Amino acid sequence: MSFFRVEDLGISFGGVRAVDAVSFEVNQGEVYTIIGPNGAGKTTIFNLIGLLYPASSGTICFEGRTLNGLAPHRVAQLGIARTFQNIELFEHATVLQNLLIGRHRHRSTSLWQEMAFLPAVRRAELAQREAVEKVIDFLELAHYRDGLVAGLPYGVRKVIELGRALATEPRLLLLDEPSSGLNPEETNEMAFWIEDIQKELGITVLMVEHDMNLVSRVSDRVLALNEGRSIAQGTPAEVQSHPAVIEAYLGGSD
Amino acid sequence: MRGRGILGGGGLVNQFLQLLLAGVAQGCVYALVALGFVLIYKATETVNFAQGDLMMLGAFFALTGSTTLGLPYWLTIVFALAVMAVFGMLAERLVLRPVLGYPAFTVVMVTIGMGYILRGVVTMIPGWGTDTYTFATPFADAVIRLGAVVLAVQQLAVIGMTAALCLALYLFFRYAKLGVAMQATSQNQLAAYYMGIPVRRVNMLIWGLSAAVATFAGILLAPVTFVHSNMGFIGLKAFPAAVVGGFGSVPGSIVGGLIIGVVESLAGYYLPEGFKDVAAYVVVLIVLMVRPSGIFGETARKKV
Amino acid sequence: MRFIFKTDYRQDIRLFRHAGYVFWYGLLGVVLVAAPFVLSEYVISQLHFVCIYSIVGFGLMLLVGFTGQISLGHAAFLAVGAYTEALLQGAGMPLWVSLPSAALLSAAAGIIIGIPALRLKGIYLAIATLAFNVIVEEIITRWEGLTGGNGGKHVKPAELFGFTFDSDVSFYFLCLSLTVLSCLMLINLLRSPTGRAFVAIRDSEISASCMGVNLAKYKTMSFALSAALTGVGGALYAHKITFISPEQFTLLASIELVTIVIIGGIGSLHGAVFGAAFIIVLPQVISVAKDYLPSGAAGISGLQAIVFGVLLVAFIIFEPMGIYGRWLKVRTWFELFPFYRQGMFRRQKSYMKSERLR
Repeated sequence: MSFFRVEDLGISFGGVRAVDAVSFEVNQGEVYTIIGPNGAGKTTIFNLIGLLYPASSGTICFEGRTLNGLAPHRVAQLGIARTFQNIELFEHATVLQNLLIGRHRHRSTSLWQEMAFLPAVRRAELAQREAVEKVIDFLELAHYRDGLVAGLPYGVRKVIELGRALATEPRLLLLDEPSSGLNPEETNEMAFWIEDIQKELGITVLMVEHDMNLVSRVSDRVLALNEGRSIAQGTPAEVQSHPAVIEAYLGGSD
Repeated sequence: MRGRGILGGGGLVNQFLQLLLAGVAQGCVYALVALGFVLIYKATETVNFAQGDLMMLGAFFALTGSTTLGLPYWLTIVFALAVMAVFGMLAERLVLRPVLGYPAFTVVMVTIGMGYILRGVVTMIPGWGTDTYTFATPFADAVIRLGAVVLAVQQLAVIGMTAALCLALYLFFRYAKLGVAMQATSQNQLAAYYMGIPVRRVNMLIWGLSAAVATFAGILLAPVTFVHSNMGFIGLKAFPAAVVGGFGSVPGSIVGGLIIGVVESLAGYYLPEGFKDVAAYVVVLIVLMVRPSGIFGETARKKV
Repeated sequence: MRFIFKTDYRQDIRLFRHAGYVFWYGLLGVVLVAAPFVLSEYVISQLHFVCIYSIVGFGLMLLVGFTGQISLGHAAFLAVGAYTEALLQGAGMPLWVSLPSAALLSAAAGIIIGIPALRLKGIYLAIATLAFNVIVEEIITRWEGLTGGNGGKHVKPAELFGFTFDSDVSFYFLCLSLTVLSCLMLINLLRSPTGRAFVAIRDSEISASCMGVNLAKYKTMSFALSAALTGVGGALYAHKITFISPEQFTLLASIELVTIVIIGGIGSLHGAVFGAAFIIVLPQVISVAKDYLPSGAAGISGLQAIVFGVLLVAFIIFEPMGIYGRWLKVRTWFELFPFYRQGMFRRQKSYMKSERLR
């Protein structure tokens, strides 16, 4: 049984095959990256895995369980967390609250208990808080803890989003372009964090990324897409030197 | 009209046709108010809850035009449209522009507040007040007989004038430079801005246009329901019309208005008392259950 | 400005953040308990309304302010609560049966309207709730056997364990205790996972769902809770007015309820109370002001509509955070004196953050 497997995945938007028969497998503990030029269907694959769109064909399996047909929130509850390309944080809440929402799948109290704020809720809240503080320590966010997200710089928000995904204690983490919008220094930091997430926390990472430096630095294996189809797979070096990939990137159409 | 049992089989068909005609005529008014909503919504993503009240105000200006100023019917229309177009632009500039970019619901509340103000102000103006006025038209009570079918000229005129306005608007949006600019603005504000279209001024003009369309609806409605300060509540029926058609679709608003008008007219006759008033809302709930974004609406999907 | 040095996670989930809160809320409690013995009957009677509208305001705030859903149909839930209470009370049920029933039935109505809300957004949801309001109003009007139709229905005073709330003071304490209770319930919810899930849905549905929040469940829950609170408000309203008829629960009533949360300050429980007080005080102020106006401005109904409209528009333009926002600014001004600067609370407008795809 493989850890995470996508088989023959496909979807069309208005007649265009955005993703066409894509298959790949992610092993537990590795960093697996999907690369490809703009419009290759990378983010669409993430949205398919997150069940935000219904796949028109193919299956998605996580730890032996088929995800297709589940409600989107079940994906998170099974242990898959994700970040977004353009940051989807809860803007009018504090950083702490954002991370606490990440703990949602570990909720143990019922509505009625919460209305009365019984000791059980208090205990659960303290436990959640401790778990969140671990993430805050890990990503060095202590400084921003009580600030509203809306006022924070882009780079910080990107890290907060990573933190929120980590707060769910995922077994598989989907990162959608973790370096987009970051300066080289921040990108460098992001690379360190991805390495730490893989090595210290032991979380498997599936990533979509543009920055080839980052990709070759952190990835164990790479999948290259073009126009919704997979064109190459292997180690970062293998994929980068693959003729089909070079052609896709240099735009040698036909 | 209500002699249901007395009429024979041919009478039933006749009855149905007359109800249909009345429904279409009423639907035209809904359609025009709905069209006003949609124009503003497309351009500014604002839902204008004061649209019905703009219509009411327009009807009052028309009333003033025909009684106080003694203008003939056609000039009255021109007069009221012109005044209200200016009024719509002023409203945009003074009330709506400061809240541009606020959350949609906040802006909705602004327009609701504006509706309150308009209704209040109208009751305080000498000569308008809280009274009900009749509005004279050249069509009066004339009828056309086609065999057994009796058609009220009034209703035919409403339908004809609505069709004419729709044609004019279609030509305007298709060929006039300003109309094309308005379309561009409604499709992508930022891109339109980069292309050198003065987006704010265009928005202002759209408010003017929308107020004028509402006024037109008010003038068509005035002979039927008379002119009074609460006639704007008909806007609350035009909402379902706009939603049924798909908020943001101009043809949709016309179709939606006609659907609501006809359903209401038929429900008022064939169903027990009470259904007429809620027909519009039942229709909108059914449509929303089946198609959450209306008949012509596009299902927008947020990009992540 | 007070700086709190936190040494314990417990400090962040406390009901009262620091000693100052305990003092001021304690004082407020004392004042509220003492009020009926000091104030005139008229003022107490107005305080009943403030309490009732506060409860409704809490309900609406939960839905609009914290879950980000729109409702233009809350008068329908108010009606469900009011009529349930009136009917059960009329059938001789005590308050401990009728009030929870009013809440439950309203919650059920909330779930019914919550179901289409799962697929609808923004204006479509507003219209659906509006339609729901009109239909409920029509049902009440037509179901004469049950509701008395347009003729209305008389409501007896509330009764609990043999005690009748027929005096102003006893009814005041009934309203006050229910207001405090519902407020505490909401505060508790908002500092626990459910409340956070609501806020998450408000700020980004897509992201909430990716964090494992079941959108359908929580939206329905929010509608149900909101409706239940409104239903409780409606039950009290029925006792207060002692006579209910369909025209009290029209669309205009719904709009008035929404203005409570908008004028009070969206996204804060304080705002609901401020808004409720405002909506009760406003007509009084207008009728007093009328005496000083020239007799030409006679149309009192028109004047009220204008003032109401102008205030609504002015608040949104000049004080989008409502009365509560203004209060925060004043408080900060005093705390920081003389260092308060303009623009401290300025918020960024998000120009055309459109979710339309074109």
